[in-house]
Parts: sequence; structure tokens; C-alpha cells
Amino acid sequence: MFQETPLIQKKNRQQTIARTIFMIMAVLAIIPLITIFIYLFYKGSPALSWEFVSEFPRRRMTEGGIFPAILGTFYMVALSLIIATPIGVLAAVYLNEYAGNNWFTRIVNLAVVNLAGVPSIVHALFGLGTFVMFMNGPCLLAASLTLAIMTLPVIIASTKQALEAVPMSFREASWNLGASKWQTIRTLVLPNSFSGILTGIILQVSRAAGETAPIMFTGALYFRKQLPDSIFDQSMALSMHLYTVATQGSQIPEKIQFGTAIVLLGLVLIINAASISLRVYFRSRKKW
Amino acid sequence: MPLIPKTDGGSIHWTLLREKIIEILIYISGFSAIIFVFSIFAFIFKEASGFVFSHETDWSFFFFNAAWQPLPEESATYGAFSMIIGTISVTLVAMLIAVPFGLGLAVLVSEFCSPKIKETLKIVIELLAAIPSVVWGFVGLKLMNYVLVNFFGAQVGSNLFNGGIVLALMSLPIIVSIAEDAFKAVPDSYREAAEALGATKWQVVYKVLFPAAKNGLLAAVLLGVGRAVGETMAVLMCTGHNLNNPFSSEFPFLNIFDPIRTLTASIAAELGEAPRGSEHWQALFALGLLLFAIIFVINLTADLVVRGIKQEES
Repeated sequence: MFQETPLIQKKNRQQTIARTIFMIMAVLAIIPLITIFIYLFYKGSPALSWEFVSEFPRRRMTEGGIFPAILGTFYMVALSLIIATPIGVLAAVYLNEYAGNNWFTRIVNLAVVNLAGVPSIVHALFGLGTFVMFMNGPCLLAASLTLAIMTLPVIIASTKQALEAVPMSFREASWNLGASKWQTIRTLVLPNSFSGILTGIILQVSRAAGETAPIMFTGALYFRKQLPDSIFDQSMALSMHLYTVATQGSQIPEKIQFGTAIVLLGLVLIINAASISLRVYFRSRKKW
Repeated sequence: MPLIPKTDGGSIHWTLLREKIIEILIYISGFSAIIFVFSIFAFIFKEASGFVFSHETDWSFFFFNAAWQPLPEESATYGAFSMIIGTISVTLVAMLIAVPFGLGLAVLVSEFCSPKIKETLKIVIELLAAIPSVVWGFVGLKLMNYVLVNFFGAQVGSNLFNGGIVLALMSLPIIVSIAEDAFKAVPDSYREAAEALGATKWQVVYKVLFPAAKNGLLAAVLLGVGRAVGETMAVLMCTGHNLNNPFSSEFPFLNIFDPIRTLTASIAAELGEAPRGSEHWQALFALGLLLFAIIFVINLTADLVVRGIKQEES
């Protein structure tokens, strides 16, 4: 019989130990996630009802619902994406289709990475120093612009990835037929990368909906009785509302705090799930 | 010059003009990232300039004194030392947890496990990345707070350890995904060569993959640090927001159950109270400038490190 030498025994033992440690790590990473979800849903589910998401807050937010906050978040996210999407997609087109392999492109790429790394509170300072200043006070538009700058680099990155996935041979075929650069992009590159661009943007919706710091000083309010009349009005927002009910004033019932947290988390997760399932769906239909 | 077919009824001249306009728009959008990074710096610098260039501002005081007392205004002092220490300590605690876990999970995902476990782990990581920072803060404030007070005997539940754990979970996804990319970039021939020599998976990982992917792993850690330094809402809600120095000269050198206060949290908490243009306001923008500089250096280093790999490959 073949006998294992001590050296082989040792390396096999190390292999088993390493494997076990990694598995334990995986379990340790999954446990907090499950705990958090169960805890939040357990504590918050009593608050969930149709009234909670469709009514205004009453009695200094100790009763009633969170409708204006949900609507405010919707406005801000929609507006910020309307602003950021065209710029982001065109910027990605520039980086992937037009930019040469030179130092300037490297600087543009570095700027994108850096913009993505700028802390959210620094974005808030920027929004406060520019948009709020130009518009004479915080408002929906200022908050949306701040959010737009924050989401821009991520849209650029995800769109660029989608454009890169279109095979070079497609473009070459189009050029050989006499199409110009922009015609090729419009009729071939963009339609073929549409699914990737779309899932990236949907994912960004969920990120923007959860952001608090950038909108805190630029357009979100603690409490407001009316809905915003225009984009130059301030508005409540879901993330801001959660921060407020969790930290300010102890007389706000736990039910409302956890309810708000669940609505925010649920919203973000549903949008995320939509993005992931779209990605899976499109990938299964991919033709090349 | 490409031929333009007359398909949409317009003249060739018009089509060319439209194409030029769109291309100009593409170029402008392409440069937008540079414009925004530059203007973020410029506008924050502009707001902070009153403080930065003031003769009364003592920079050694700003960096090395712990007295941050914006009120009363006549005798206000702005020493950012405890916030800098707060940011450093909470980042340190977060990274002590997140780096081993992140690298471990990246190894597991890219080398060790079956496709099924891999898919599960990827979903877990994606979910961790999806949770908004204010919800993390809420979890720290309610759940972690309770756990730390009742099971770990901490006097205050909102403290350095609380913030560190929350931050670790928040920066885990970015560390895992970038470290995984780094492992993926190692050619399969390396693994095959090692396995042909009789190496076990683990030997392949730590004798071949770690050395080969070390730059990418360093970049992963750096970006994790950047994430932790810049995080605002979660640390504001979890760390107790108290000017404090958790480091000590005695063992264990770091009091993990001390409440602390970070640069980001200070800005978020005080900006609402500071009158526009006042010294306090300018000092807060100076903190923002400091944060911007820290993140810039971290990202630049990570980029240089990653570029190092690409050059070695080619």
C-alpha cells in the first residue's frame, strides 16, 4: 500500500484546516445578515399597513404614516437619474468608443474613480456650497443635483462595462458597411448593450434611494405638512425620516421607527432584486 | 471620411452637422467627471478659505489639539485631533475585522467552493452592499447597542466597537469583489503548474495566488479603507458621537468600548447648526477638505498599485 509521508499528511491537514476556517468565515458573514433581516422584519412588521404607507404623519410623527417621505424619495431619485443618466451614458460612450489609450484618458478614468470615492458628506458640502447657494435655499432640485453627481461615476462604470461587452467585430462590420462612428454607436452598440445599461441604472436607483447625508442639508426636511409643490420646494425623504425618528426625540414609538426602516430596506431590496433578475433574464437571451 | 447614406430624408450636410453636435456632447460628458472632481475641490476650498487663510488659524492646533468647541463663538476653538483619531480608530477596528474576512471570502468564492455555495455567497455579498448606510446606522443603534450592553458588558452601547463592526460589514463587499477580481487576474497556468507539483489548494492559495495577486489585494484593502473613512450616517448613529481618544498606553492599547467621534459625523451633526459663512461653518468645510484630501490620496495610491499590476502583465 502507498503510505502517506509525514509531509503529505501535514499539507493535507493544513488544507483541511484552511478550508474549515474559510467555511466558518462564510457562515460568520451570513449570520449577521440574516439576523439583521429577521430582527428588522420581526420588530417592524406590526407597523406595516396600508395606512402606514399612504397617510401623513400626525402628532409630531408619533402617529400616522410616512407617505410624504416615500413620495419625496421618489421625486429626488427620479429627478437625479433624469439628470445623471444621459451624462453618465454619454461619458461612458466617450471612454469606451472615443477615448484613445493615452494619459488624458487615464486622468478621466482616475477622476471617475475619485468621484466615486468622495464621501457622501463631502458631496453634501459641495451641494450646499453650490446648488443651494444658486437656488437661494435648499430644495428638491438641489438635493437631486447633489444625488446626481454622486450617482454619476457608478452609472459611468456600469455603462462602460456594458459597452465593453459588445464584441469589437460588430463595430468593425458596421464600419465596413460605411457607417460613421456615431451611426455605429446609435444603431448597434447602444441597442446591444441596452440591457446592461438598464440594470446598472436600476441598481443605482436603490443606492440613491438609501442615501441620507447628501440630501440632509440640500433639500430634505425633518417634517413638512404639505407635499412639495414644485422642484424648488423642500420635501421629506424616507432615509432622512428614518434618521430623524431614530435619533431625535424618544417619544416616537418603536413601531414607527422600525416600520420606516423596513419600508426603506424593502424598497431598496425590491429594486435590487428587480435589477438582478433582469440581469439574469437578459443574460439567458444573449445571442453571442 | 465615412459615407453617409441618405436614409432619413435630410441632406448629408444636416446629418453631418447633427453628428458633430452629438459628438461634442459626448466629449463634454466625457470630461464631466474631471470637471466635477475639480469643482468639488474648488467650491469646498472656497467655503473653507476664510478659515484656511485666517491668521488666527494655528495649523498645529487644528491637527494636534483635541478641543473642538464651536460655542461660545467668542472663545471658540477648532482642534480636530480627536476626530482624526476617531476616524483612524474606527477604520482600524473595521479593517481588523473586514480584511481577513474579505480576503477569506474572496479566496473561498474564487478558489475553494462549489458553484452553488459561490452563488449563495455572491448574493449575500450583494445584499450586504445593498443595505443603505442609514439602515446600518439604525441596526447599530438598536440591535448592536443592545447586544453590546447586555452581552459584552459595555457601559455605552454606541461606541467604537459598534461602529467598527457596522463599518466592517459595510466595507466587506468592496473588499471581496476587488480581491476576487485580483485572484481572477492570476493566469490559470500558475495554478496548474503548482497543482502539477502536488500542491494542495491551500498551498496554491498562499504560495502562488497571494504573491501573484498582492497588488490587487492591496488595492482592495485601500478601497475598503476609503469606504470606511468616508462613511457618514452609520458612524454618526453608532459611535456615540463623543470627542474622545480611545487609544491608551496600557494594554490593550485601544479601548474598544469608548464612544468616539469621526470627521464625517462631526460635519453631518454640526452643519445644520452653523450659520452660513461663520467661522464654525468654515471650519466644518475645512474638515471636508481634509476628508477630500485623504480620500484622494487613498484612491490615487490604489490606482497606482493597480496600474503596477497591469504594467507587469504587459
